Amino acid sequence: MAAEGKAIDALSQFELAPFLGAVGESVRFSQSNAHMLLAFGLITALMLWGTARRAIIPGRLQALAESGYEFIYGIVEGQVGSEGKRYFPFVFSIFMFVLFGNMLGLLPFAFTYTSHIAVTFALAALVFIVVTVVALAIHGTHFFSYFFPEGAPKALAPLIIPIEIISYLSRPISLSVRLFANMVAGHVMLKVFATFVVMIGSAAGVLGLIGAVLPMAMNVALVGFEILVAFLQAYVFAILTSIYLHDAVHLH
Amino acid sequence: MNERDDFEQRLREARTRQGLDKPQGGTSGGLPPGPMGVGFRVGVELVSALVVGIGIGLLLDRWLGTKPWLFLLFFVAGAAAGIMNIYRLFNPRRGRKN
Repeated sequence: MAAEGKAIDALSQFELAPFLGAVGESVRFSQSNAHMLLAFGLITALMLWGTARRAIIPGRLQALAESGYEFIYGIVEGQVGSEGKRYFPFVFSIFMFVLFGNMLGLLPFAFTYTSHIAVTFALAALVFIVVTVVALAIHGTHFFSYFFPEGAPKALAPLIIPIEIISYLSRPISLSVRLFANMVAGHVMLKVFATFVVMIGSAAGVLGLIGAVLPMAMNVALVGFEILVAFLQAYVFAILTSIYLHDAVHLH
Repeated sequence: MNERDDFEQRLREARTRQGLDKPQGGTSGGLPPGPMGVGFRVGVELVSALVVGIGIGLLLDRWLGTKPWLFLLFFVAGAAAGIMNIYRLFNPRRGRKN
């Protein structure tokens, strides 16, 4: 347990462990991969079952599936415009994967795969590559004019172009670090306050039990806050993907 | 910005805050609500551009053998790109609809 030896061990929750014993170890299948598969299965089940009945008055599952669909559809259409509809499946998949990763991580005994920079950076790199390919496919070499805003004085080109390129390259980093840091910070805070509950509660008899209520209450509030953050970060990831797609489609 | 637009925007923000409208984020360029969110967003934008600038500088230095100079140059460029990222955050590029 985390409270042993009076040390707060908040980071061991992010360690990878082989899943399914020796089988998982031999193919390097960790609990992180297992949660990704679980998220994939849950998303597929939600969308398939949710839309199977096609009721005019939706049930709970159908309402959930439809509101998720319409939420992302609104974002994509609002940001990219009507020609952005073809990118909707991409943004929707990314959003659902991140959302389920964040939400699943809040369940007891679950693992948050979005708390690993390797996962979030892979997602952000995917977005970055797709956006760049879309821009190149639509605009060809004209895409490179993106790095030099029209109307700027030509003499400033050696200054502006490197800065614009660095700014463009920083997108996947800011995209991935934001999600990763939010998830890690939230789970570390939860763990630290949970450790306080055990430490204070086991310390001084009745007084300790009364004192342990305070970090416990804090943790209850934090779980609510983390649910908000889990949704918000998935939303931010989706909307930034849409904004980048807008830049790729319209250049500026 | 005239008064009517201002009111419309505040109404929209209030409706979004109360969950009556789905947040569209079109006007704010994807800024998360709340001072914490904005602050965190700004910090990440600044640092990530700086990291990319420093990375490019160090790689070019190693490749060309010009040890500190390109690093210094791209450090400054990265910092400038970070500032520009933040500027973009609050003033998105021209021509964005909605």
